[in-house]
Formats: sequence, structure tokens, C-alpha cells
Amino acid sequence: MKLLELQRTMARAVMQPLTFTERMQRTAPDGQPMRAYAARFIKPNDRLTSFERLEIYNRQYWFRLLSSMVEDFPGLRAVLGAARFEAMSKAYITDCPSRSFTLRNLGSQLESWLHKNPRWAGKKQALALDIVKLEWAEIEAFDGQAESPLRPEDLSANAGANLRLRLQPYIQLLSLRYPADDLLLEIKNTSDENEVASNAFQERRKRKRVQTVAKLKPAAIALAVHRIDNSVYFRRLEPEEFALLTELKQGRTLQKAVAHAFIETKVPPQELPALVQRWFHNWAALGWFCQPDQKTEISPRSTDPMNRKPTGAGRKRKIV
Amino acid sequence: MGTNRFNNFTEYGIGIGLRQPHYDHILSRKPVVDWFEIISENFMIDGGRPLQILDQILEQYKVVQHGVSMYFGSAERPNREHLRRLKELVKRTKTPWLSDHLCWGSVDGRYTHDLLPMPYTFEAAKLTAQKVREVRDYLEVPIAVENVSSYAEYHVSEMTEWEFLNEVVERADCGILLDVNNIYVSSQNHSFDPFIYVNGVPAERVAQIHIAGHSKYRKYILDTHDHPVIDPVWKLYERAIQRAGHTATLLEWDDSIPSFKEVHNEALKANRFLAATALATAV
Repeated sequence: MKLLELQRTMARAVMQPLTFTERMQRTAPDGQPMRAYAARFIKPNDRLTSFERLEIYNRQYWFRLLSSMVEDFPGLRAVLGAARFEAMSKAYITDCPSRSFTLRNLGSQLESWLHKNPRWAGKKQALALDIVKLEWAEIEAFDGQAESPLRPEDLSANAGANLRLRLQPYIQLLSLRYPADDLLLEIKNTSDENEVASNAFQERRKRKRVQTVAKLKPAAIALAVHRIDNSVYFRRLEPEEFALLTELKQGRTLQKAVAHAFIETKVPPQELPALVQRWFHNWAALGWFCQPDQKTEISPRSTDPMNRKPTGAGRKRKIV
Repeated sequence: MGTNRFNNFTEYGIGIGLRQPHYDHILSRKPVVDWFEIISENFMIDGGRPLQILDQILEQYKVVQHGVSMYFGSAERPNREHLRRLKELVKRTKTPWLSDHLCWGSVDGRYTHDLLPMPYTFEAAKLTAQKVREVRDYLEVPIAVENVSSYAEYHVSEMTEWEFLNEVVERADCGILLDVNNIYVSSQNHSFDPFIYVNGVPAERVAQIHIAGHSKYRKYILDTHDHPVIDPVWKLYERAIQRAGHTATLLEWDDSIPSFKEVHNEALKANRFLAATALATAV
């Protein structure tokens, strides 16, 4: 058997889903018995059959990838429940196997996949999609590129109708149908407390988490997922604020962005200049705008109580 | 001066793997550590806290890169995006050499994120060596390939694992990251004498040594990096050092990670073997 053929044969078996009891399936990907399939290319030894040796790799593959999904999407897991989340993850990984050298990107297709496969979330589909968007945005914001920020004084010096402002690449702008940020913060706080809690306490927390999900009502929100001192925060945005930032991110000039952002606004015209000025001051203070064509990493300089941190000590990333 | 042309960095004594639970301790207490090994893929990103931490570590410590997904033995060409990001990181860390595993893990663009064993064939050795050369030429840094733990063997194999390792490194003219724990694990899983393996490796190519702990199950041993190093592995280490001379040594501890002090103390046990080897050489 040539190298490529052997690797394809083994990969097909390794990536085939496990049984309900987390063992290797008895039927191989080509429909023949897995024992015969494994024996074709793997030697048995005095303790393990070919099937059992292959099974070690099959199980490791699924345990590793499923634990990566649990680590990256605790919010979705809380929304769906642990068992359904695991079943969904198996289906997702089967449909969208990793195509990246790093497990960091394993969930990159989850939102679009979940959108096409609504049966996994059922009546919670809208909430599930929102929470996946938020959790993926958190991953992107955690290790996205930061460039030298424009300072407030740079902004006032450069302000002009045709100015094109660039947002920091790590900033993620989200429009959600549910207040998924509240839910995710609640889930993460519960998880942090669970690490040191008793079983009884954990059970109470689990019930509370289930109730939190069940009670969550739709309420449209706009959100920026961003960083301060390299910790990820969620910041709620006014609808016009979100629209303006989105326009700027798309590369519109300041003049066009402002014009588009306030088309349907209910803000009285006389209040607009002061409002926009305040927003720009806040965004610049948070370091959200980049210097043109510079790529040096500099941390934003100020904090604000509106920024809420999703984890206790900044997001941890796994070993790939 | 090193004792062979691949381990010229004798000031790289005993290092430990840089792991997230130890960040605060390292940055606040600044312990004396010869060097840290990083998992390259954890820092092949665009920004954020991991790179901030890495830069702080680089200000005070020597860092060597160790990869887990180059898959020198995969039949497909190297991933260009992977190489580009890896080269950026090499420039950042100024790693004196770079290691990754003698294994495969991806096929047709799909990644298993595992270190799958190679078939020990001449075809595979030739292709793997070609890929090692290609990666080294692109990254412009010396490469050391690491032997992996394995749980399966293939019918098509034409030689032993150590013969295959020799075949690859001779063809690629690269170094070896000799993982003596992996040799022990595989020797138990495949019933061979681990000392024959250690004695069969070209000592003049050993650039670095890995030590680690593992987990024993009823029918096989799993390479889990979650325990102290056991005596039989220390004995293999002693033999490897006798043959290769003073060589940069690193303890891997990746799961159930204890305190920094415990990990570091475990790593420093290697000193007694290094000292004995130095003494024997001097005499």
C-alpha cells in the first residue's frame, strides 16, 4: 500500500464517529467489517488486535476534538444541554472536519453549519445562532491583530468629511436578537465558581443556568467584542452607534458613514453632533481606530465601566 | 562547543515547556530556568495576550520552538499559510533550532490533530526527508525531528522505527529531537528493547532530548505527559546522554499540570546525568 493510500485509509477510519458507548464502529467507512478493514493495514500484537490498535487513534481523535468544542462553546453547550451539544458537535465535525493546522479554527464554520442544520437547536435556533456568533467573535477578538491606535487628539486633527477611519482588526461587531452577552457572562461566572464548588452547589448552579437560558427573552442588541489590555470585553452599542461603526468598518468615508447610520434615527437632529462627538471620543479612547498603515501592537489606554469582561482573567487558549 | 554538530547550543541546559498555568509565576517570580520550549502553533496568531506574554518571556529567557502539526510525514505538500505564520514566529523568537514530529496527521487537507505513526518504508522516508528539507529551506533555521509514541504498526513497514528515523535524518541532513519517553512507550507497546533503539540512533545528530511521564493501561501505554518521569525512562536518558554528550534537555508536562516548582524540580533531576556525563568526558 502506497503512502497516500495508507494515510487516506487510516484517516477515514480515525475520523469516523464513535458508537454511543464511545467505541470504534463495527462497520468501516467502505461498508466492510471494521475488523477486516483494520487488519488490511495494521498489524496485531500479542495484546491488541488490529481493530483495537486502530481504535486507540479513533477515540483520541474524537475526544480531542470534542473537548476543543466544549472549551470554545460553553454558551452553546448551556443552551442546548450537554448531551445534545455533544451530538451536534459530532455531526458538525463529521460535516466540517478541521482544515486548519490549529484547533483554534475548529469552530469557524459552526454558525453557517448550524444555520443549515436547524434541527440541533429546534425552538432555540435563534438563541443558539446568537450565542455561536458571540463565542466565535470572542475567539477572533482574543488573538486578532492590533495596530497602533489613533489617539483622540489625532482624531480631532484629522477629522474631515472625506476621512476614512480604520477599525482595529480585532474588533467584532455583532447584531443579535437575544441579549446573549448577559447569558454568556452568567454561564462563565457559573463555570468559574464550579471549579471550587461542592457537588450540591454545582447542581444548584446547573439548575440556575438552565433557568437562565429558559427565561431569556428576545431583545435585539448590538455589541462590540473588543480588547482592553489584551482581555476581551463585550460593549453594548446604540443602534446608530453600531450602524456608524459598521459603515466605517466597510471603508466608507466619515461623511457617508454618518449619513447612512442616522437614516432611520429617532435622535433629535440638534443632539446628533454632541452624540457623535462623544462616541468618537470614547472609541478613540478605547483605541478602536488604527493609525494608517502601521502594524505595531499597542494596547488601548483607557477603560470604561460599560465594557464587560467575559472571563475572569482573559481568555485562555488551548494547546493545539 | 557542542559535542556534535547538531547540539551546538550547550548553554541550553535543562528547559521546561512554557504552559499557561505557569505564566503568572514565571512573570512575577522570574525563576532561573535555562530555557523554555513553546508550542509554536499556540503563538502563530495575529495578536493579543499570547503574543504579549511571549514577548515578556523573550525579554528574559531563551525560547526554542516545538511544533505539533507540520506533519513532515503527510503525503501532501506543506501548508503555505502554516509555513508563513511559522516563519513570522521564528523571526520573533529567534529560535536557534526548530523541532516537530516524525509523523503524519493530515491528508487531503483534513487535519486529525494527532501524531499518527509513519509506515517505515523507503518511499515514506524519501518523501519525509524531502519535506524536512523544504521546510528548513523556507524557514532558514535548523530542524530537528522527534520520534513519536505509537500504538500501531503497519504491515507495509520495511524496517524498524529507528532505522526509519536514521534513513530520514540522513536523507534530510537534519537533527534529531530524541524523546526517550516516546521510545519507552513504543517499546512497551511494540515489544522491542528500548536500548537497542537508543543505541541505534546516530548520536552525532541528536540536537535535543525530551523527557516526560506517561500513563499505563492494561494492554498498552499512552503518552499523556501528566506524570513524573519513571526510572526506566531516566535510564534511557542516561544512555542517550552517554552517547550524544551534553545535550539540551526538556521536560514535557501537558496535562494535570502541577506547580511550576514541581515541574522544574522534576526537570532538574536530569542534572545528575548531565554532570556524570561531563565528568566521564573530562576523565
